[in-house]
Amino acid sequence: MSLTEAQAEAEHLPEQPPGVPGKGPWRLAWERLRRDRAAMISLAVIAVIVLLALLAPVFAAITGHGPQDQFPSEGVTPEGLPVGPSATFWLGADGLGRDLLVRMLYGARISLFVGIVSTLLATVFGVIIGMVAGFYGGWVDTLLARVLDVVLSFPYLLVAIVLAAVYGAGLPLLIFVIAFFSFAAMARIVRGQTIAYREREFIEAARSLGAGKVRTMFVDVLPNLIAPVTVLASLLIPTSIVFEATLSYLGLGVDPRTPSWGAILYEATDYYRVAPGLLLFPALMLLITTLAFNLLGDGVRDALDPRADRR
Amino acid sequence: MLSVTDVRKYFPIKEGLFIKKEVGRVHAVDGVSLEVRAGETLGIVGESGCGKSTLARCITGLHHVTAGRIEFDGKDIATLDPKAFRRDVQMIFQDPYGSLNPRRRVGSIIADPLKIHRIEGDTRKRVQELMALVGLNPEHYNRFPAEFSGGQRQRIGIARALALNPRLVVCDEPVSALDVSIQAQVINLLTDLQDQLGLTYVFIAHDLSVVRYVSDRVAVMYLGQVVELAVGEDLYKTPRHPYTNALLSAASVADPDLSAKRERIVLMGDVPSPINPPTGCRFHPRCPKARERCVAEMPLLIDSGNGHLTACHFPVQPGEHLTSEHPQIQQQSTEPQL
Repeated sequence: MSLTEAQAEAEHLPEQPPGVPGKGPWRLAWERLRRDRAAMISLAVIAVIVLLALLAPVFAAITGHGPQDQFPSEGVTPEGLPVGPSATFWLGADGLGRDLLVRMLYGARISLFVGIVSTLLATVFGVIIGMVAGFYGGWVDTLLARVLDVVLSFPYLLVAIVLAAVYGAGLPLLIFVIAFFSFAAMARIVRGQTIAYREREFIEAARSLGAGKVRTMFVDVLPNLIAPVTVLASLLIPTSIVFEATLSYLGLGVDPRTPSWGAILYEATDYYRVAPGLLLFPALMLLITTLAFNLLGDGVRDALDPRADRR
Repeated sequence: MLSVTDVRKYFPIKEGLFIKKEVGRVHAVDGVSLEVRAGETLGIVGESGCGKSTLARCITGLHHVTAGRIEFDGKDIATLDPKAFRRDVQMIFQDPYGSLNPRRRVGSIIADPLKIHRIEGDTRKRVQELMALVGLNPEHYNRFPAEFSGGQRQRIGIARALALNPRLVVCDEPVSALDVSIQAQVINLLTDLQDQLGLTYVFIAHDLSVVRYVSDRVAVMYLGQVVELAVGEDLYKTPRHPYTNALLSAASVADPDLSAKRERIVLMGDVPSPINPPTGCRFHPRCPKARERCVAEMPLLIDSGNGHLTACHFPVQPGEHLTSEHPQIQQQSTEPQL
C-alpha cells in the first residue's frame, strides 16, 4: 500500500445534521422495548396496578368500607359465612365482614412497596459489593465471594422465622430480610460482569490517564453494569413480592391487621370451600403482578441485549 | 528523554487451589535497553507475542517492571509522582473499539484526562479544540463511540491522549485494527501532530511498512529482546540480524515485479514459548546461520557503526545470501526442548 494515496479518501460521518446529540444506548434500548408487545402490555398492567394501589383510599371512600372496617351484619351471612360479590362488596367480604377489594388494593400498596424498596436496597448493596469484589480482586474478592456463598447457602425461610420470633414481625424487618437474601444474587452477577470489564482496554486507558480505582469503578465500570443490573432488578421485584406474600402468609410479615396479599390468602384458607373468590382474587392479583414484572424483565433483557452494544 | 535499561517483565504462572504456587514465568520482556530521543519516533517491530506491547505498558507505567530501570528526563519513573508522569507520557491503544467506553459520550471520554487532572478552564471548549485538532467534527461531542467509524474512534483515542499536552506518546499498534485506507489517514494525522506539537513517539507495530514510514529509528524485537536497532533506512537497506532479514523478506511489497523476484526466507518452526526461552541466542533454534556458539552464549547488542546495533554473533554481511535451509548442527547441540 502506498501510504499517501489513500489520504484523499475522506471518512464519512454518519448522515445526521451536526449538533444533534446521538441516540444513546438507552434511547436505542427504549425504542427496542417499545416494539416488544408483551413487555409493553406488562408495563401497562403494572401501571394499572400501581394506579389502583395509589387510588385505594378512593375505592374505600366510594364503597364506604375502610380496609380494617368489619361489617358483621352486611358482610357476613346469618350463618356466619362471608358474602360473595355484590353491589356493596364488589369482590365479596372475608370471614370478618371486611371488603375484599379494598383490602386487596391496600395490600397492593404493601406488596409493591416491599417489592420495590427491598429490590432497591438489594441492588444498591449488591452492586457496590459485587463491584468492589470484582474490581479489586485478590483477597478482597476472595473474602467477599465467600461471604456471598455463605449468604446464598442460608436457609432463608428459617432465618426469617427466627428473626421474626426474636425481633417481632414488622415491615422494616421484612424488607431487611428480603433485601439481605436477594443482594447476594445481585452481587454475584455484578462481580462477574465487573471481572469481565476490568480486562477491557478502556479500563486500562483510564489507568493510563491517571484515574483512581474508585473513579474508574463508578465512571467506567458502572455505566456498563446498568444493563444487567436493570434486568436482574426487574426480575427481583416479583420474587420479592412473592417472598413478602410467603412471609405474610406464615404470619411473619406485617402487622396481621394490615392487609397484605399473603395475609389475605392465609385468612382465606378457612373459607375457600364456601367463598373461593376469597382465595382466587388475591392469588390472581399476585399472579398477574409477578407475571407482568417477569415479562417486563424479559423484555428489558432483550432490549438491552449486549449484542446490540456494538454495531 | 526516555531511557530503558535492562528492563525485564515476567508474568508469574500460578497454580493451586488455595495456596498459589509459582510454577513458571512468562518472560515477556527480557532485558531490553534502548533510548528515546526528544522529538524522534522510535519504531518497535516484532511478531505478536514478542513483548512489544508489554514493553509499551512498562514505559507508560501500566506495568511495574520486574527488574531494570526506566528513566524519564533522567528520573526513575518508579519514583516519579504518578500524576505528573501521566501528564507527560500518554498512550494510544490498539483497539479503537475496546479502548473507548461504549456507554459514555465522546465529549466526556475526551474530557476524562482534564477532569482527572483537575484542569481548570472551559472543558467543553478544550474538548472541541482537541476534536478539531484530530480532524473530527467538534459538533459531535455529544455522540457515542458506536456512532463513529474505526478511524474516527482512533482519532477520539488520539484526542484523549493529547488532552494533557504530553511530551511522549506511546502508540501501541495504533493502526493495526484499521482498514488499510484508513491506516494512512491516521498515520498522517500522527505525523502532522508530531510536527505541530513537537511530540516524541514510541511507535509499536507489526507492519514493517507502517513503521518504516513513521520512524526515525527502528528496534526489532524477538522473544522479549531487542535483536537489532538502527536508523530506519539503515535497517531496511542493510539488515544485519538474520531475524530482521527474514522479517523484511516476508513483508509485502507494493511492486509486483520486485515481489516476484524476491526470495522469501522461510523460518523453520514457530516462535518458542516465552515461558521456557531457548538458551544462548533466543533465535538460534530457527536461525539459518546458527552455530554452537549461538546455543551457548547470548549475543549482546553491539554497535557496528552509525549507531546500528545488532545482537548477533554472526551478523549478515551486505550481499550475503540467506537460505531457508536449516543448519544440521542444531540437532546435535541443542538440549532436548519440551
